[in-house]
Order: sequence, then C-alpha cells, then structure tokens
Amino acid sequence: MHNSHTRPRPGRLLVVLGWLLALCATALPALANDAAPAAADPALEARMTRITAELRCLVCQNQTIADSNADLAVDLRRQVREMLSKGDDDAKIIQYMTDRYGDFVLYRPPVKATTWLLWFGPALMLLFGFGALAVVMRRRARTAAEQFDADDPALFADPHQS
Amino acid sequence: MKSLRYILPLLAFLILAGFLARGLNLDPREVPSPLIGKPAPSFALTRLDDPAATFKRDDMLGKVWMLNVWASWCVACREEHPLLVEFSKRGLVPIYGLNYKDKRPDGQGWLARFGNPYNASLFDDDGRVGIDFGVYGVPETFIIDKQGVIRLKHIGPLTPDVIRERIEPMLSKLNA
Repeated sequence: MHNSHTRPRPGRLLVVLGWLLALCATALPALANDAAPAAADPALEARMTRITAELRCLVCQNQTIADSNADLAVDLRRQVREMLSKGDDDAKIIQYMTDRYGDFVLYRPPVKATTWLLWFGPALMLLFGFGALAVVMRRRARTAAEQFDADDPALFADPHQS
Repeated sequence: MKSLRYILPLLAFLILAGFLARGLNLDPREVPSPLIGKPAPSFALTRLDDPAATFKRDDMLGKVWMLNVWASWCVACREEHPLLVEFSKRGLVPIYGLNYKDKRPDGQGWLARFGNPYNASLFDDDGRVGIDFGVYGVPETFIIDKQGVIRLKHIGPLTPDVIRERIEPMLSKLNA
C-alpha cells in the first residue's frame, strides 16, 4: 500500500510557481508612481516639498501633505507654492497651517506646556527605569551574602578518603 | 513595604490600561479646531444659484448663523441631508451652505433632487474658503455668533444626537 499519488509532483509545483511569478509581474506596474508635474521652478518646488513633508495631511493622517494625493493635500501644496512665490518665509507658512488645522498638522509638535509630557515623557520613563534598576541592584548586592548558605564542607568530602 | 512590590505593577498596569482605553474611544479624525473662539475667516463668494450675487462674511454680522459645508460628490453629505432639511424647517437658525469644490450644475441638481435646507449656498469653486475654515472632512458644520466668531465646529455628518446635545444648547445660549 503505497500512497505515492498524494506526493506533489515536481511538474505541478513548477506550474504553480510559474503562475505565482506571472501574478507578481502583473502587480509590478501598480507600483510605478505617477510622474510629478514638471515644476516651473525646481528650487521653489524643492522648498515646497521640504515644507509640506513636515505637515500632516488631515484627510489621510499617516501621510504628509507632500506625499498625499488627497484633494486637500493637492490644494495645500498649491497654496504653499503660491505663498512661496509671493516671498513668504517658512515660519509664515507653518503659521498659516496651524491657524487653520492646529498643532496637529505638525509632525514635529512645538514644545509647550501641553506637549511637555509628549516630549519629555520617554526620557522620564528611562530615568525611572534606571532608578528602579539601581535600587534593585543595590538591594541585591546588600542581601547577597545572607541569602545563600555557607557551603557545607561535608557535602563535598571525597568519599574515597573516608 | 513588601506589599508595595505587588501593588506597584498593578498600579502601573491600571494607569496604562486607562490611557489605552481613552485612546480607543478617541476619534483621531476629530481634530480640535483652532478656529473655535476666533473670528470666522473673511470671505466673499458668489451664490450657487446666482453667479452675479455675492455673499460676504460681514453680511451676517449681528446674526447667529450656521454654515454647513457640503458637496454633491460627498456621500456623507447625502447621509446627513434629510436631517438638515428637517432641522431647517424648525427655523431655529439661518443655515447657509458652503458648496465646496463642486460644479454649479451638479450642486444645483443635488439640491433640486434632495431638497434645499439652505437660505443660500455659497459657491467655493477652488476650495480656498474651505481651507480658510480648516475644512478637511466634508460635511462640516460651524455655528457663528453675532460678532462673527466661530463658536462650534462639527466634523462629519450631523446626527440627531449632535443636534440635540451640541447645536441646540449652543443656539439657545447664543440667542439668549
């Protein structure tokens, strides 16, 4: 009784593999990005991209305004472009955004009373962790001697000697 | 001192769980608007039904009014629309629409089809006034007081609860 018919034949495996490869190939064009419109002024475009890369798109909150293709992000990029060509500086543009959408648009929130916990919380936790570690280690060093029984010489006595 | 060793981790866990539970119940789409308590941004737009008629922010000074941002392409707007039509019939507050990034025929057709709760709709073709109002999730609803200050903002479709618990109390407070 050999049930060799259940063993996958190499031929079939190859066919499956071929199909998988073909599927991957059809998915590849989807990865290609649509080309950015050729900018009239590359320097301005670069500044625009640098600023909007610091700003959160409110429609798709895990993307920056620079990355997002949401309608609002496109409009806001246009807005930044216009403000830059008018000669506005970065601070003014950031102010423009926070006036409308609050500090939430900033990927780097400002340090102020309401964000202290956000900024210094992790360092505080680290300090607390080191403190706890120090306490535990000091206590262990102090108790080590009394915690363990002294070795009983009888236990290690050589049986051949007696 | 000994019991502290057992209570401390429990305490830490409870605090962490408290934070996480709060986080679960927060809607990250509800970004607190920095515009609350600030004067409504100034605008001058044409009316949706009449490209020749303009409407300015200051036309509404001295009145409490509601601004509802909508668009014919916005699915959630259709969801809230029957409620808004019903609310407008009660005549509690003049309702103005901000037709956001729409096309005139589309917007007009939409109102003809589903009913028009608005005293007037303002046509915000390129969405600039929307940006000034910090709009990012249509529909949005604002309540603006007699001094032209934004007092309330609701993001997303209105619900009977929102109208009862936030809009009505605010209106009676402002009209008092």
